Amino acid sequence: MDLSSIDPVVLMASVIVASTPILLAALGELVVERAGVLNLGVEGMMITGAICGFAIAVNTGSPLLGFAAAAAGGAALSLLFALLTQFALANQVASGLALTLFGLGLSALLGQGYVGVKPPPTAALDFGPLTDLPVLGRVLFSHDLMVYVALGLVAAVWGFLRFSRAGLILRAVGESHDAAHALGYKVVRVRVLAIVFGGACAGLGGAYISLARVPQWTEGMTAGAGWIALALVVFASWKAGRVLLGAWLFGGVSVLQLNLQAAGAQFPVASLGWITLAACAAYLGYVLWQRQEISGRTRVILGVTAFAGAAFSYWRQGVYVPFQVEYLSMSPYLITIVVLVIMSFDKSRAPGSLGRIFHASQ
Amino acid sequence: MLRLEHRPQPSARWTWLAPPLAVLITMIAGGALFAALGKNPVDTIRTIFWDPLFGEFAFYYRPQLLVKAAPLILIAIGLSLGFRAGIWNIGAEGQYIVGAITGAGAGLAFYPLDAWFIFPLMILAGALGGFLWAMIPAVLRARFGTNEILVSLMLVYVAEQLLAKMALGLLRNPEGRGFPGSRNLQQYAPAHNAEIIANTGIHWGVLAAFIAVIFAYILLARHVLGYQIKLTGQAPRAARFAGVNTERLVFICLGLSGALAGLAGMFEVAGPAGQISIEFNVGYGFTAIIVAFLGRLHPLGIQLAGLLMALTYIGGEAAESSLQLPAAAIQVFQGMLLFFLLAVDVLSNFRLRLSRTEAA
Amino acid sequence: MPKYAARAAVMRAGPHVRHCRSPNACDRTGARQGPGGAEERVSTTLLSIRGLTKAYPGVTANDDVSFDVAKGEVHALLGENGAGKSTLVKMIYGLVKPDSGAMTLDGAPFVPTEPRAARASGAAMVFQHFSLFDAMTVAENIALGMEDPPRLRDLATRIREVSDQYGLPLDPARRVGDLSAGERQRVEIVRCLLQDPRLLIMDEPTSVLTPQEVRILFATLSKLAADGVSILYISHKLEEIRALCNRATILRQGRKVASCLPADTTAREMAEMMVGGSFKTPARARRATGEIALEISDLSLPPASAFGTALKHVALTVRQGEILGIGGVAGNGQDELLAALSGEMRSRADAIRLFGQPIGRLGPEARRRRRLLSAPEQRLGHAAAPDMSLTENAFLTAKDREGLARRGFIGWRAARGFAEKIISTFDVRTPGPDTAARALSGGNLQKFVIGREMLQRPEVLVVNQPTWGVDAAAAASIRQALLDLTASGAAVVCISQDLDELMEISDRFAVLNEGRLSKARTTGDLSVEDIGLMMGGAHGMEVAHAPA
Repeated sequence: MDLSSIDPVVLMASVIVASTPILLAALGELVVERAGVLNLGVEGMMITGAICGFAIAVNTGSPLLGFAAAAAGGAALSLLFALLTQFALANQVASGLALTLFGLGLSALLGQGYVGVKPPPTAALDFGPLTDLPVLGRVLFSHDLMVYVALGLVAAVWGFLRFSRAGLILRAVGESHDAAHALGYKVVRVRVLAIVFGGACAGLGGAYISLARVPQWTEGMTAGAGWIALALVVFASWKAGRVLLGAWLFGGVSVLQLNLQAAGAQFPVASLGWITLAACAAYLGYVLWQRQEISGRTRVILGVTAFAGAAFSYWRQGVYVPFQVEYLSMSPYLITIVVLVIMSFDKSRAPGSLGRIFHASQ
Repeated sequence: MLRLEHRPQPSARWTWLAPPLAVLITMIAGGALFAALGKNPVDTIRTIFWDPLFGEFAFYYRPQLLVKAAPLILIAIGLSLGFRAGIWNIGAEGQYIVGAITGAGAGLAFYPLDAWFIFPLMILAGALGGFLWAMIPAVLRARFGTNEILVSLMLVYVAEQLLAKMALGLLRNPEGRGFPGSRNLQQYAPAHNAEIIANTGIHWGVLAAFIAVIFAYILLARHVLGYQIKLTGQAPRAARFAGVNTERLVFICLGLSGALAGLAGMFEVAGPAGQISIEFNVGYGFTAIIVAFLGRLHPLGIQLAGLLMALTYIGGEAAESSLQLPAAAIQVFQGMLLFFLLAVDVLSNFRLRLSRTEAA
Repeated sequence: MPKYAARAAVMRAGPHVRHCRSPNACDRTGARQGPGGAEERVSTTLLSIRGLTKAYPGVTANDDVSFDVAKGEVHALLGENGAGKSTLVKMIYGLVKPDSGAMTLDGAPFVPTEPRAARASGAAMVFQHFSLFDAMTVAENIALGMEDPPRLRDLATRIREVSDQYGLPLDPARRVGDLSAGERQRVEIVRCLLQDPRLLIMDEPTSVLTPQEVRILFATLSKLAADGVSILYISHKLEEIRALCNRATILRQGRKVASCLPADTTAREMAEMMVGGSFKTPARARRATGEIALEISDLSLPPASAFGTALKHVALTVRQGEILGIGGVAGNGQDELLAALSGEMRSRADAIRLFGQPIGRLGPEARRRRRLLSAPEQRLGHAAAPDMSLTENAFLTAKDREGLARRGFIGWRAARGFAEKIISTFDVRTPGPDTAARALSGGNLQKFVIGREMLQRPEVLVVNQPTWGVDAAAAASIRQALLDLTASGAAVVCISQDLDELMEISDRFAVLNEGRLSKARTTGDLSVEDIGLMMGGAHGMEVAHAPA
């Protein structure tokens, strides 16, 4: 197979670009969830931000104004969610879904005149000689402003949650809203602010897709990025630094699969069997490490699966097939599922009040 | 200042009044939206909600209503069981697609054989496909505690790719001159989900939806399993105390909703849609979420809500062709409906009070 | 053991109202009157409350309450559950705004609009529940309760200083969720002390402490009072108030009904003022104990939740006709023990035996069919579903034993009949079986829950905190019902944090401490000191010493 057309430096640079939208959205959602609110409307806010940013950028010719508008659009939509969940005390899961459905419709409506339009280009920042550094220059110093905003935001959110008094209060509200209320903190106010911040971040992330990454407008173009951002927060165990790692992982997968598609790479069929075998071994290792008992049924299933995997690899040894576009396109979603499963072994806790409704009278 | 006051127990009156009120508010807000788009709001609302039922061409639209409502109701019934138990399957769209693929696949496998068992087999295959697709999040949640919301949703995107792959590959019509898409099942009589009574729109899927409504009603009102579902959703700890096997419930709820969504997909592909194609799915799996909530997760309510939502689809299409209303406007309208419903919902558990400012 | 005799004595006092011995010590008119007359002591008054009233829909929580707290005084606020104590202190702490009335603090008008304002004026509060964050460290928790906390490192130093000074050892870096109940309370107290409060409000502080810890806490409070801090001490435990407080204000149904000097008033008199009359003492017939009904041997289980407690080698036996009382401070494995017995948590089959049969692997339904029933502590959400009707809640555990379902289909009429039977037999005050569980008062719902299990004729009944948050009359009737049940030959395991209750009804007594169960001892032979030692003594606390 021919993978020589894939340049690792370009690949790494595009991983950073590809990870920026979900990084932004996931950071926003991280803050929201640390305040004890589960907003499943990230996808809706992202796509709304994508079209708001796109429209304003096209009309004003300024990508920066576009990003500002995207943040405003995402924040405005998240205010609806805040209204529903913090004042009308609606179920957060249902409200988040409503937000996504509404956002998808709204963006389609707003985006009608913009299909096929080219947005003003988002320029790369000028780092002078730094850009000419071998490898590093291309990977780190060749991007537009939003990439650095996103990276800066990681540090800012981390520092805010860890060191600032406001961050401490936000975490307190998310950990136990009853206790925070008893101490006199304004639970609803803190949460509304967090929700709005999350909305603005999601809006920015969406606009980064439509203005920088793709760049054009098509209906439903976020294609699940909002949901992947939600998964990322779980993956990161509600820690800002790990969000960055996760975003690079997912960005890497999506870039890699695109490159494989383009390169017409060949897939060694036998590896499916090896993967199965490795998964069985990993599971067994985990169980032994945790010193859990294995039931007889599990043992049989595990044994049969592992044997089947090994047999399959032996049978298909040396057989290659071209990667199918559709199966490659599935990979980011499948990887998300795999990562979610792996992370559910990590029992570090979600914020204590996550998703619970707060009402001061109780 | 307005203040919310917890009711000692949920108001039965508001539980039933909230959905119609939400519909009314949505019509007003929707009218404003249509006006903002430069359409006459009264005309638009009439075109969407009145004409398909009582207008000149009602004879054409009314059967359509059942055709569109059937998959929505079928899926929403399944979802409502899970939602009541706090099990959030939001990937019904994926189960719907997979049900259609397996259902159509089972039928096409026998082409051109003419046998009575093909259609029943397709029904089984469709339900099984949806069921198995839903088993993925079910197993992961029950075994590893993985969040079923995210997993079921990710599987929608996977299913969409699978659909494309099937339309282009395995199930492609060998006589289709290379165009994507399977054979048309409407032209393969033993696999065709035809109307049971001509020109009524009542195909087997409509019948299945009615059966599902009755089945769910009895389940929730009279059966221990229905009681356990409600109990688990309202008070999970009390459910474990009562002896409910919550893992089993995850399998039952996700499996049932997956099977029903798969059925809906199979009836759709074998009837109104006719073939597996890339643009086969139109979002019924997501709209059904609105239907489930709008129907208060109650089977009879879902029946009404399904019909109403079907009406917005049909009326929306009518308004699209006669008034050039953008298709997305209807999507916004449906989203607004869910918003307002959730907002009005607060009244069944809380009372609004005017009050002096409260310190707390 | 005077403490445990006192309550029983009160209950035996009979229906006629007793009067106070001295008109000075006891004043039923509700007017303010401290020793030595009020007027010349104005300058020493710290907090003055006049006519505070607060009404919620359907209930007046406080009705025209007035009293004064002097500087350096330990002032008791005494009343039953639901008498309005909590609402009153929430108004003082700025969490609830009164409908009418006024307060002054040190002569100046005191209108706290939020806890922050109250703290700024020098009021601090130790809550009974709900004010700590499990996933955060001690230092972070303390910082959250202060207005201008120093940097975390400096704060840690100050925490060590203060906790040393008052004999309340605390490690600032530990996670609060891993602390014992007593340690958690220390966090709250230290949090208050760091702000140099003028008024310290303590809401039922001893309910989570062993007798030894209580004594140390009292020493701390006395020292604070000597330093000039006023303490508003909320409790319904009479002997405690007699031992600690200078004056007491007694609330009943939202009104101030009396004030007195606890040192000069008997516990019996205070109890009568608190309850507004007397009621029957649970009558306890001598009974012969039968064969072993329930036996636990070497039961170890992991914690039920992230901050739960693992059970370690628990062993016990209960005979027919016997009540085994299990005491201990909350969070020492009570929930896990109940879950292990109810079947919510499974164990080794032979770890739990019911009449010799191993049942450790059976689920809740199978255990109920074998007549092992249970009633958990948390009424709303565990023992009953809040939004479901009483009929549906009756069905919750009675499905099999009362034959309320046939071939999977529910007989709602039979379920309703059973609910009505519970309501009438156990005197549950409610409009009817269609009422939602959450609409019932705590006491009534508890009667419903206990009644639901008792009417199913258990062989063994396990209850956790059967009278928690229940008014005295309902508590007495629940205890009586437990005693009656054993008289009919059933075995009862009563897990409770109320030592008075356990001493009153149990035949044998054991203590859960950090997931281990002590050997059971016959109740009659125990002294307060013994019980305290069984509960783990003072857990490393020491008497407050003077600053160096």
